[in-house]
Amino acid sequence: MNSTLVRNLLVRGMLAGLAAGVLALTVAYFLGEPLVDRAIGFEEAHAPAHGHEVELVSRGLQSTAGLATGVLFYGVALGGIAALAYCFALGRVGRFGPRATALLLSGGALLSVYVVPFLKYPANPPAVGDPGTIGKRTTLYFLMMLLGVLLAIAATLLGKRLAPGLGTWWATVVAVAAFVLAVGLAYAFLPAVNEVPADFPATVLWRFRLCALAVQTTLWAGFGLLFGELAERLLNPGPATATAPARPVAAP
Amino acid sequence: MAQHVAQPTDTTPALPAKLPIGAIVPWVVFFGILMLVLLYFVGAEQGATSVVSGEDVHEWVHDARHLLGFPCH
Repeated sequence: MNSTLVRNLLVRGMLAGLAAGVLALTVAYFLGEPLVDRAIGFEEAHAPAHGHEVELVSRGLQSTAGLATGVLFYGVALGGIAALAYCFALGRVGRFGPRATALLLSGGALLSVYVVPFLKYPANPPAVGDPGTIGKRTTLYFLMMLLGVLLAIAATLLGKRLAPGLGTWWATVVAVAAFVLAVGLAYAFLPAVNEVPADFPATVLWRFRLCALAVQTTLWAGFGLLFGELAERLLNPGPATATAPARPVAAP
Repeated sequence: MAQHVAQPTDTTPALPAKLPIGAIVPWVVFFGILMLVLLYFVGAEQGATSVVSGEDVHEWVHDARHLLGFPCH
């Protein structure tokens, strides 16, 4: 019974992740691709030897089908993981219903999986980044992601532990402050990466990074709202049918 | 009218029941790892490390990697 509920939530999480991926893809295609093209234009004009000599996948495919593959798989994978995290969070993080828990979890995921690594190692357009340091940069990025998630879980547990003594408000304030302090220490001790070419246009870099943040915000806001609604209907089937007229159900 | 002010629990919806940890863990072990493998292929394969040789996976998801914030060449 409970195992079936976990499975149903997981399936809904992956579907909500796919749908949120479509929204994020729209943002990535219309806002992001023009900036990717400008960065590639800069790359080709300034360092012709550095570019890919043999084009394995054409730009037309990379910016459409390739982009869609990446963003949609990312949405499905994170939707599934978020749904499993939701199973743990449900009824354990405070007095929140299914929808509020979903939106809260989405916000926490955006913060810990994306914003925390992004503030230290922000997204870079093509032409920014030395191929020789890809190993180091990948390790640091995934380490920062892992730290963000682990510290967010630790802060949640800390808040729960402090709540009976300090009350919910101050327990939350202390837990968030501890999270900010720990993330700040990680920022201070992990090495910085700055491989932006000296003459790379600053506006393109700034807009690309804002756009990358917009893609993630769209993904997680969409996921939180969609998955919350699906979870609400699964867990509380009663009130949802009271406001919306019931659809005719085909007889089995 | 009197019936509407019966109990505060009538206006606040019931809080969701906790799912037992033991019911979640098997799904985390299998699907959690599957999802992480999927993330690896979108975010890092044929960058710092390669499971499949060549550059095809990297080139195919190239734009997504940049726009999703992963380090890419």
